[in-house]
Amino acid sequence: MSTTPVGARRARRVAEQSTDPELPMLTLADLGVLRDVDIDDDGTVTATLTPTYSGCPAMAEMRADVTRRLHEAGFPEVRIRTRLDPPWTTDWITPRGRRLLAEHGIAPPGPVSRQTAGPVPLLLSTAPPAARCPQCGSVDTEETSRFSGTACKALWRCRTCREPFEYFKEI
Amino acid sequence: MHDDHVHPSPSGEHVEADGQWAFGTGFEDPLYGADTTVPDGIDGAELASCCVLLADDALIAAQRLAQWCTNAPELEEELALANIGLDLLGQARHLYARAGRADGTGRGEDAYAYFRDPAEFRNVRLVELPNGDYAFSVVRLLVFATWRLELFTRLTDTPDPVLAAIASKSIKELDYHRSYAAQWVVRLGDGTAESRLRAQRALDEVAPHLGELFTPHEHLRVDVASVRAETTAIVSRVLDTAGLVLPITESATGGGRDGLHTEHLPALLAELQSVARADPQATW
Repeated sequence: MSTTPVGARRARRVAEQSTDPELPMLTLADLGVLRDVDIDDDGTVTATLTPTYSGCPAMAEMRADVTRRLHEAGFPEVRIRTRLDPPWTTDWITPRGRRLLAEHGIAPPGPVSRQTAGPVPLLLSTAPPAARCPQCGSVDTEETSRFSGTACKALWRCRTCREPFEYFKEI
Repeated sequence: MHDDHVHPSPSGEHVEADGQWAFGTGFEDPLYGADTTVPDGIDGAELASCCVLLADDALIAAQRLAQWCTNAPELEEELALANIGLDLLGQARHLYARAGRADGTGRGEDAYAYFRDPAEFRNVRLVELPNGDYAFSVVRLLVFATWRLELFTRLTDTPDPVLAAIASKSIKELDYHRSYAAQWVVRLGDGTAESRLRAQRALDEVAPHLGELFTPHEHLRVDVASVRAETTAIVSRVLDTAGLVLPITESATGGGRDGLHTEHLPALLAELQSVARADPQATW
């Protein structure tokens, strides 16, 4: 196997094509979950992934998929590393990832606020800034639940078109 | 699956990764491929003990939250409680994995979760109390999430980089849990006479178990006094908004950290462990 930077770039391109099993429109690169892809002198590829949420059951699937794709692309030796630090943040979702989320009916996250540094943000009455409805584009929307079918999403509804939608919440 | 990674089975011999319990066939270690070397100057056994008690708190809390599935008052709350439980289960898995590497036994999460008896669990008693009504569960969650967030904030600069990383990751999740519980405690306390009565009753039931949360422990090296001050201040602020009162109780209950549990833990564990224990070698 080539040990030139070309090999590393190709391995990265292959690994980047892996998708999230829960959000199949997004690649791991779009999500910011694929942190690094390296290749060493004997051709072993090391891909470094970071989990989104501690309990995300998709991690094992993601590791298997990256490994499978690299094997199929002709990299026989593949090592997967888990990196917890720095913790994953929705700020790492790429502009392309945000666009694809919206196109699939999931409102993309806003920037992660740093308000946890100040007085306790209990969010007693305020919801996060209004999400834009991915169906009609209205910002006349409201949160119905901060949790949804997967850990990373909240449930919202649009007051204009009356459709419910999911919101990828900031973390 | 794609690899030949092996885990020690509860009985000691090695089995293929496919033969583990946590997620059924195909389960893998959550710290898969991470650098889990214990840095010089850290006692691995002590670090493992610290991770186990933090993991046990999360596992038992997660199991109680999971028991709300199909029983929650509304679908949205059921999703929320299940998601919060899943986060805590994830935290427990990382911490058990850390413990097994740190003490050199190589034990996996299954060994800790399924093959220890009640007296070997180190969780605080607060998390093992039955769910009660929804008011009790959200009042308990408010206290638990607030306290755990304070603990983990202080553990983000603990000398072990793996535990510090788990703590950094967890606090982002706990912030959502605390916020969820706070909103509901305010809604119940400031709601109808019935919801207010139930929320106050829940507080009265939780109060005797607060002392244990703030009792210093040899394996948990954090500034307990500041954890107590911060936790109390935040919970009190929510209760003020909700019009509820935290009763002043000098609690004598405790001992969970030393394996002295209420009668509720054996029943919870019997349910949690029964399938794995019925056939430890089973795969699916």
